[in-house]
Amino acid sequence: MIAFLLHRLCQGVLVLLAIALIAFALFNYVGDPVSGIAGQDAGLADRARLRQELGLDDGVAIRFGRFVAGLARGDFGVSYQEARPVGQIIREKLPATLELSAVAALIAAAAGVPLGIYTALHRRGRLARALLALSLMGVSLPTFLIGILLILVFSVWLRWLPSFGRGGVVAIGWWTTGLLTVAGWRAILLPALTLALFQTALIMRLVRAEMIEVLRADFIRFGRARGLTARALNFGHALKNILVPVITIGGLQLGSTIAFAIITETVFQWPGMGLMFIQAVTFADIPIMAAYLVLVGLFFVTINLTTDLLYLAIDPRLRVERARIGFG
Amino acid sequence: MAPQPRRRLRDSDLLWRFRRSPVAIGAVTLAAGIILAALMAPWLAPHDPRDLASVSLLDASDPPAWLDGGSWQYPLGTDGQGRDVLSAILFGARLSLTVGVAAVAIAVVVGVGLGLLAGWRGGIADSAIMRLADVQLSFPAILIALLIDGVARSVLPRHAQSETAAAVLIAAIASSFWVQYARTVRGLTLVERGKEYIQAARVSGVRPAAIVLGHLLPNVMGPVLVLATINLALAILTEATLSFLGVGLPPTQPSLGTLIRVGDDFLLSGDWWIAIFPGLVLAGLILSVNLIGDWLRETLDPRLRGT
Repeated sequence: MIAFLLHRLCQGVLVLLAIALIAFALFNYVGDPVSGIAGQDAGLADRARLRQELGLDDGVAIRFGRFVAGLARGDFGVSYQEARPVGQIIREKLPATLELSAVAALIAAAAGVPLGIYTALHRRGRLARALLALSLMGVSLPTFLIGILLILVFSVWLRWLPSFGRGGVVAIGWWTTGLLTVAGWRAILLPALTLALFQTALIMRLVRAEMIEVLRADFIRFGRARGLTARALNFGHALKNILVPVITIGGLQLGSTIAFAIITETVFQWPGMGLMFIQAVTFADIPIMAAYLVLVGLFFVTINLTTDLLYLAIDPRLRVERARIGFG
Repeated sequence: MAPQPRRRLRDSDLLWRFRRSPVAIGAVTLAAGIILAALMAPWLAPHDPRDLASVSLLDASDPPAWLDGGSWQYPLGTDGQGRDVLSAILFGARLSLTVGVAAVAIAVVVGVGLGLLAGWRGGIADSAIMRLADVQLSFPAILIALLIDGVARSVLPRHAQSETAAAVLIAAIASSFWVQYARTVRGLTLVERGKEYIQAARVSGVRPAAIVLGHLLPNVMGPVLVLATINLALAILTEATLSFLGVGLPPTQPSLGTLIRVGDDFLLSGDWWIAIFPGLVLAGLILSVNLIGDWLRETLDPRLRGT
C-alpha cells in the first residue's frame, strides 16, 4: 500500500517535471526573449550583455534548474503582452476563477445530489425519466452554447442580469471578491449556472447509479425485512454509503471544471485565469501559457494524489478504474 | 467487452434491434439529415458564402424569413456582412464534420497501432506507451487539445496560421483522443493473444506482422468502432469549442464553432439568429451522434442488455 502511494507520488513528481520541461522548452526555443525585452533597436553589444545578465549563456541543465527554482518561488517571468510579472497577473485573476468555480460547485452539489436521489428512488416515474433525458442533454450540449442561450434569454430579452464582467468587486488585501455586493452576485449568477450545468448532470447521474446499486445490496434488504421505514433505509443507510464515492469521484471531476472554466470565462468575459489563458494562446504570450501549464499541472497532480489517498482510506480494493468516468 | 457473435448473425441482430428502437431511428435520421445536407452543401446552399460578389452590405443582419423584415431570399437571415446564414451553416457543418472525422480517423490509426504494439510486444514499449497514456488521461482531453493548439500557434509563423489552422486543429484533437483506443486495444490484445486461433497461426508459421494485422486486428475492431462513434461527437464538440474560443478555424473558413463565435458578437444587439441557428445544428449533430453511440454500445455489449 505504501509502495503504491510512493509509486503514485513519484509519478506525480515526474509529471510535474515533464510539464516544467515543456514550459521551459516553450520559453527557450519559441521566440527570442532578448529581442522581446530589449526591443528592435538594441545594438549587438547590448543584446550580448542582456543575454549574459539573463543567464542565457549557461548550459541547458543549469538554465532548467534555475527555471524550476524560479517556479518554486512563484517567479513565472514577465508577460510579453502586458510587460508585467506573470505572478502579479495571476494573483489578480485567481480570485475571479476560484469564486466562480466555488459558486458553481455549490450549485451543482445542491441540485445534483437531490435530483440523483429522486431519479434513483422513482426509477420508472415520468418526471425521473424526463430529468434523466435532460441530464443527457446537459452532458452533451456544448458549454458555450448554454452560456449563449442564457445570455440571450436573461440579458438580451429579459434584461434581468448582466452578460459580462464581475459586476462590483470589493478588495480584501490582494483578494478581490464579488460576493459582497449585489452587482457582483448578479454578475456571477449566469456564468456560475453555465459552469454548474455539466457538473450537475454528472453528479446527478453518478448519485443515481450509486444509489441504485446500493439499494440492491443485502444489508438494505435485511433492513427492509426488519421493518425499517423507507425513509430510514433510503437516507440513513443507502445515502450514507454512497456519499463517500460520490465525494471522491466528484472531487476528481473538479479537474474538468478547469477546462469548462476556460469556456465559461470566454463566453461571459469573466476576468479569470481561463480568459487570461485563451488571450495568451491567441497572442502567443508564452510566459503566461507556461505559467498556466505549470499551475494546471500542479492542480491535477494534487487532485489525483488526493483522490488516490481518499481511495486508500475508503476502499482497500482500490477502485481506480471507476474514477475514470465522464469527460475525457 | 465480451467477444462478438459471428458477423452475419450480428448484422441481422443489429438491424432487428434498430427497427425496434425509436430513439435510434430518430437519432440516425437526424444525423444522416445533417450529414447529407453538409455533404451536398455546394448544391443545396442558396448562396455561395465564399463568393464575395453575391454579398451585399445592404442585406446585412436581416432576420429569418418568418419574422418582420425577413425575406425568403435568406431563409435563416443574414449575418453582419450580409452573408446568408443557411448557406454558411451548410458549409460550416461540412468543415466541422471533416475536421471531426479526420481527427477521429487519425486517433484510431495511431491509438490502435500503439495499443497493438503495447499489447503484443509488452516490455518497454508497453510501459512507455501506457505511462504516457496514464499521464494524458489525468487531464481533460480538451485542455490537451488547447495546449497543443496553443504551442503550434506560437511555433508557426503568423502568416501561415490560417492555411494550417485545419491541420493543426486535426492534429491537436487527434493527439488528445488516441489514448482511449490504445488502452482498449491493448486490453483486448492481451486477452486475444492467448487464444487458440492465435496459437494455431503461430504454430503454422505465420509471420508475426501477418498474425497481428490479419488475425488479431479484426477481432479487436468491434469495440474500437463503437468508441469511434462516441468520439466523433466529442471531436466535433472539441472542434467547435476551440473554434468558438478563437483558436480553431479562422473566420475566413468558418466551421459551426466559428460561426457561433462570430454570431456571439451580434447577440447583444438582438441579432440572435446569427449565433443560434448554427448552435442548434451543432447541438442536433452532437446529440444524435451521441445517442447512436450509446445505442450501439448498449446493443453490442451483452452485459448492458436488458438493464
